[in-house]
Amino acid sequence: MQQSNGYIITFSIILTVVLGLLLSGTAEVLKPIQKKAEELDTKKQILGAVISSDEIGEMKPEEVNTYYEERIASKVVNIEGEEVEEQDGATVTAESVDIERNYKKAPEDRLYPVFIYHEEGSEDDIIAYIFPVYGSGLWDSIWGYLALKTDLATIEGVTFSHAGETPGLGARITSPDVQERFKEKAVYDDEGNLVSVKMQKGEGKDYSGDPHKVDGLSGATITAQGVNNMLSNYLEHYQSFIKKEKGGNPELAALK
Amino acid sequence: MERFITEDIMSTETEEKELVIKDSEPLLSKRRKKLVTDPLVDDNPITIQVLGICSALAVTTQMQPTLVMALSVIFVIVMSNLTISLLRNTIPTRVRIIVQLAVVATLVTLVNEVLKAFAYDMYKELSVFVGLIITNCIVMGRLEAFALGNKPYDSILDGFGSALGYSWIILTVAFFRELWGSGSLFGIPIFDGISSLFGEDFQLATNGLMVSPVGAFIILGLLIWVQRTKTGYVEH
Repeated sequence: MQQSNGYIITFSIILTVVLGLLLSGTAEVLKPIQKKAEELDTKKQILGAVISSDEIGEMKPEEVNTYYEERIASKVVNIEGEEVEEQDGATVTAESVDIERNYKKAPEDRLYPVFIYHEEGSEDDIIAYIFPVYGSGLWDSIWGYLALKTDLATIEGVTFSHAGETPGLGARITSPDVQERFKEKAVYDDEGNLVSVKMQKGEGKDYSGDPHKVDGLSGATITAQGVNNMLSNYLEHYQSFIKKEKGGNPELAALK
Repeated sequence: MERFITEDIMSTETEEKELVIKDSEPLLSKRRKKLVTDPLVDDNPITIQVLGICSALAVTTQMQPTLVMALSVIFVIVMSNLTISLLRNTIPTRVRIIVQLAVVATLVTLVNEVLKAFAYDMYKELSVFVGLIITNCIVMGRLEAFALGNKPYDSILDGFGSALGYSWIILTVAFFRELWGSGSLFGIPIFDGISSLFGEDFQLATNGLMVSPVGAFIILGLLIWVQRTKTGYVEH
C-alpha cells in the first residue's frame, strides 16, 4: 500500500501532536509528586551522613520529613564563609541550592549549603555539620554528603551517590560498609593543615592507625580517586566557613 | 543493535503473518493460548531469539529492580502492540518504523515519569535502563512482526506472551545472580541466615563474578543450554 506524501505528513503531524500532548500532560500532572520524591531523596541522603541507612530505610516518608525538620538546620555560605541570604533578588535556602548546577560554576561563584544536625528543639546543640560534595567518578558524576563532628575536623559520617559507576566496583561507594570506613578519620594534620582523607589503592588493609588513610576499593581505583578529589576540593571550598565557625567557638579556638 | 532488529524482523515476519483469524473465536482459543505460551519456552525472545540481551545483563544483579524492569517491559510491549494494532490500517507503510518508535518512546517515557513520581529509589537504580527499553529489540520486533498485521486482542496476547518470556528469564537470571553474588533475595540476606545455622565459624562466601555482567552471561548461557537440551532446539 503506497500512501501519498500528504497523507504521510498529516499522519505524522497528528501522531506527534497527540503523543506530545500526552507526554507533556503526564509530566505536568506528575511534576509536584516527582518534586516531593526528589526532595525526600535529598533529605534521606543528607540524613544518611549522620544516621545509618538501615534506620532511614525503616522510616516512612512523613517520618523522614519530620525528623529532618526537627533535627536539621541549614544555611548557605559563599566561598568566603559569609552567609548568603539572597542571590539575584531571590531568597536562597540550602535545600533549594542545586549542587550540580553550582559545580559547573567557578568555585568562587558557587553557593555552599551547610546543614547542621542538632539536638531536637535546640539549634545551638550542634551534633554535626553536613557539607554537600560533588565531583566526577570514572564514568559520570559522583556526589554525597560529608558530616564533620563539632570539632570540624573529625568525620562523623559520609554518604555517597553516583550516576553511572560500574556496579560491583565503583558503585560500591554507595554501600554502607565502604562509607563506614570514613568514620572517625581526621581531615587536619597535627599542625592544623588541611590534608583531607584519601582512599588508598588496593583493598583489605587495616588503616585504623592512620587518621588520613581509608581502605580503598579493589578494581575501582579511579572512582576512589574521584571520591578523594571531591572531598579535598569541597573541604578546601568550605575552609573559610570552617575557620569562621571555629573562631566563633572559643573552645575550638583555644584548641588551635 | 539495529542489525539485530532487522534480522529478527525478517526471520519472524513471514511465519506469523500467515495466521488466519476466524470470527467468533473463543476468548482463549487454542491458537490464542499458543500466542501467550509459545514465547515462554519454544520461541523465547531471550534464549531462542537472543534479543534484549543488553537489559538482561544490566539490570539483573538484584531481584527487585529486575521485577520492576520486567513489569515495565510487559506494560510497554502490551500497550505498544495494542496501539500499533489499532492503528495498523492507518499507519503509512513508508514511515511505519518511525511511528512504532514514537509510540514505544512515548510509552517508555510514561513509565519513566511514573517511576520517578512513585518509586524514586527504583527510578534512581534503574536510571538509564528504563529508557533503553526503547531499544529493546523485543518491543520493535513484536510490533513489526505481529501487531502490524493482527487484530488488537491477539496483539495484546502476543505482546503479553513475549514480555512474560522475557520476564521469567531475567527474573531467573536475577535470582541466581543476587543469591550467589550478594547472598540475598529481594534484599533479604539468605546466606547470612544459612551460615548462622551452622555456628559462628561457618560463612557462605558470595561470588563477586555474579555481580558483574559476566555472571549474567554465564547464567544465561547455562539457561540456554538446559533449555535447548530439553527442547532439542538447534540453530539453523
